[in-house]
Amino acid sequence: MNFLKRFYTWLIFAFLYAPIVVLIVFSFNDSKSRGSWDGFTLKWYLELFQDREILTSLYYTLAIAIISSLIATLIGTIAALAIHNMKKVQKTVVMNVTYLPVLNPDIVTGISLMLLFIFIQLPLGFFSLLLAHITFNIPYVILSVLPKIKQLNKHLYEAALDLGATPIHAFQKVILPEIMPGIITGFLLAFTLSLDDFVISFFTTGSGVSNLSITIYSMARRGIHPTINALSTLLFLAVLVLLIVVNNRISKDNNAKERVA
Amino acid sequence: MRMKWVAYPYLVWAVLFTVVPLFLILFYSVLQQTDNGWRFTWEFFQKCTQPIYLKVLWRSVYLAFLSTLVCLLLGYPMAMILSNMQLSKKNFFVLLFVIPMWMNFLLRTYAWMTLLERKGLINTVLGYLHLPSLNILYTDQAVILGMVYNFLPFMVLPIYAVLDKMDKSLIEAANDLGANNFTVFRKIIFPLSIPGVLSGITMVFMPAVTTFVISRLLGGGQYTLIGNLIEQQFLVTGDWNFGSALSIIMMILILLSMSVMSRYEKENEGGMLW
Amino acid sequence: MKKNIKLIFLLLVFSLLLIPLTGCSDQKKPVLHVYNWGDYIDESVIKDFEKKYNIKVIYDTFATNEDMYVKIRSGGGNYDVVFPSEYMIKKMLNESMLAEIDLKNLPNYQKIDSQFKNLSYDPANKYSIPYMWGTVGIIYNKNMVKEPVDSWQMLWNPKYKKQILMMDSQRDSIGVTLKLLGYSLNTKNNQELEKAKLKLIEQKPLVLAYVVDEVKDKMIGGEAALAVVWSGDAIYMKRENPDLEYVVPKEGSNLWFDAMVIPKTTKHKKEAEMFINYMCSPEVAAKNANYIGYSTPISQAREKLPPEIKNDLDAYPDQAVIKRCEVFDDLADSLAKYDRIWTEIKAAQ
Repeated sequence: MNFLKRFYTWLIFAFLYAPIVVLIVFSFNDSKSRGSWDGFTLKWYLELFQDREILTSLYYTLAIAIISSLIATLIGTIAALAIHNMKKVQKTVVMNVTYLPVLNPDIVTGISLMLLFIFIQLPLGFFSLLLAHITFNIPYVILSVLPKIKQLNKHLYEAALDLGATPIHAFQKVILPEIMPGIITGFLLAFTLSLDDFVISFFTTGSGVSNLSITIYSMARRGIHPTINALSTLLFLAVLVLLIVVNNRISKDNNAKERVA
Repeated sequence: MRMKWVAYPYLVWAVLFTVVPLFLILFYSVLQQTDNGWRFTWEFFQKCTQPIYLKVLWRSVYLAFLSTLVCLLLGYPMAMILSNMQLSKKNFFVLLFVIPMWMNFLLRTYAWMTLLERKGLINTVLGYLHLPSLNILYTDQAVILGMVYNFLPFMVLPIYAVLDKMDKSLIEAANDLGANNFTVFRKIIFPLSIPGVLSGITMVFMPAVTTFVISRLLGGGQYTLIGNLIEQQFLVTGDWNFGSALSIIMMILILLSMSVMSRYEKENEGGMLW
Repeated sequence: MKKNIKLIFLLLVFSLLLIPLTGCSDQKKPVLHVYNWGDYIDESVIKDFEKKYNIKVIYDTFATNEDMYVKIRSGGGNYDVVFPSEYMIKKMLNESMLAEIDLKNLPNYQKIDSQFKNLSYDPANKYSIPYMWGTVGIIYNKNMVKEPVDSWQMLWNPKYKKQILMMDSQRDSIGVTLKLLGYSLNTKNNQELEKAKLKLIEQKPLVLAYVVDEVKDKMIGGEAALAVVWSGDAIYMKRENPDLEYVVPKEGSNLWFDAMVIPKTTKHKKEAEMFINYMCSPEVAAKNANYIGYSTPISQAREKLPPEIKNDLDAYPDQAVIKRCEVFDDLADSLAKYDRIWTEIKAAQ
């Protein structure tokens, strides 16, 4: 059984990482084309650091992704808690409204948000882009947190109150830890969606604020420049290293705790 | 837990940024600008019912359905494996699972083309091993592979989140009462995980119906999907009326199919749809 | 647990602090908003322009003409210089979206080759100045296609079943078919369009895929035998794979242009004209042509290019070829017809 689990896990991860490996390999390709391998080179990495446009896009992409995910997680979690407690009719209405940005094709969301921003005379730029991202992120947070709330044992909260805890204290110590996996999942999903969005971002930004997706998709007619491959490789390695470092620290913490206990 | 007032910030946001744009679409789908002002008409909805457009719609739904199914079949076991891991490894692997999604979607799809091409990497490797070559690029299978690849984490993560904090004592109790692993799964684990499963299905099926980049690149643009069609209306033909009508039809369709599925939710708190 | 919350808070605060930084701008320097295709300019040219004229350039990119059009039409962009394609220029002109360019402010305008001035989409060049141009044709692999290729009919040859790549673009694919049938690629005639539709449906089983830019990598990698491409891409492909050849078929083809325009809503017309003028200077145009690999309409710039490019008949074809090519016109109301036909072609089994 264990072997089967291991094999399956490896298979799925191989499936997930195969394209990433291809991307990394081709970032060292001396040719601009995916169709031929012309030799090993680091020139795309060098070009990357001189490309003002790509680096600016990278900055905006990360900034928007982090900020919008955090805000969306905050609003979404609170909303999910409130929705859970609503009466049936109200709940149905609010849930359906929540789904709308998810249901709509990106182009519809993108254009309608753009029209809205123009109507209220909000100049298209960083702030409008941020608002758009938060808007389409919130439903995913709600969808992640709500199942966890449903899973909660209703009586735990009441028990905590009976034992003398204030509502906020009870919330912090009882509910929050239980729904935390949902919150984190929601944050991760929101972050992921934000990083990759093109259509909605394209129509809701302006004034030189571009994210990576826009820069990449705009190259679609010409063919994607290998500097993008180089950038993706660097990003991937950075995240991987970060992950390993954080993981090591946490397991050291856990080991320390176990020794103390 | 009387925290309803807390929902107000979200509700305000939702009304402003979700409902208002929706009204724009509704507006365009039935009102046509003529020289004498606006006139109400059903003709755009009627246009949607022409056989050729129904064919496009059906195709999109069919592909999305298959992709969601494959995602569920592949994703559920993965979620189970992840939730059963030791604490130290668990978070690490979950993040490892999500990280590929942080690479740009277009780039990853191009990478799949490099892998799946006739003279692509997979076939090169298969050639070395003297195995028959795999020619699935530009077929439905390639499109489904692409969609599954893109949406798998959206299926796995909600299911994982639910399975993770499942009350293990229930499983132990069932085992004590003599149930084998399969029965435990069927009677306890799966039913309790349904909220997560439904979330996952929602987050996969809906975008899968409207996506079209994958079918354009991996499917060779062989057919138009509803996502293409809507985009074409808004961008190329400038027929926002027809595009809006199509969007509304698609929304209604998805809402209907989701409501069918939510019947399976035992708790039936009406928290999903309708 | 608490540590995590603190960390998250710090992150949030830190991120919010970054926002003001993004709003910084040099109020003293005039600002120019440029809207162009991705990877369609030599970036050093922008830096040089900024230094020379002390103007700050804010550079945005778009993926397709249609995306750009919807954005500008809806009022969602304060762009001063835009680089649309010819049919889109005609459309924007018809909808009064463009500002007149004062040619007196563009001394470099004379440097443009006379055959690229006064084109059908903008006679007298009152609204646009050409930037890059080219033809549409067939690229084929010499090793896979032994017969001479000189006609669009080659793309309908059953011998090359599933080895043919067509463009996933309504106007290009339908246009090419119309040319094969001897019609204009701007036709609005229902019968002609119906014939083109049937011809394309007939071709469908032979087509490997309807592609966009990935056609380049596919032909270089030898995945297909024949493809419809733009001349600029063909030059690049030939360089990467010497087995490839390009031809503009005898029935005629499309002559395309990307040009610079100034939207009516501009607030920096003078700076915009300076920019356009700068782009037409031979040194700058040569830099761009070199980087992009497409053909420049400025003959002095062409002279500065390496011999293998400037003498390449595929990059700079002779009059005979240009004469049999048509420029796209704006289809206006007939766009819906083309869209319908394209959907039917795609929906056919």
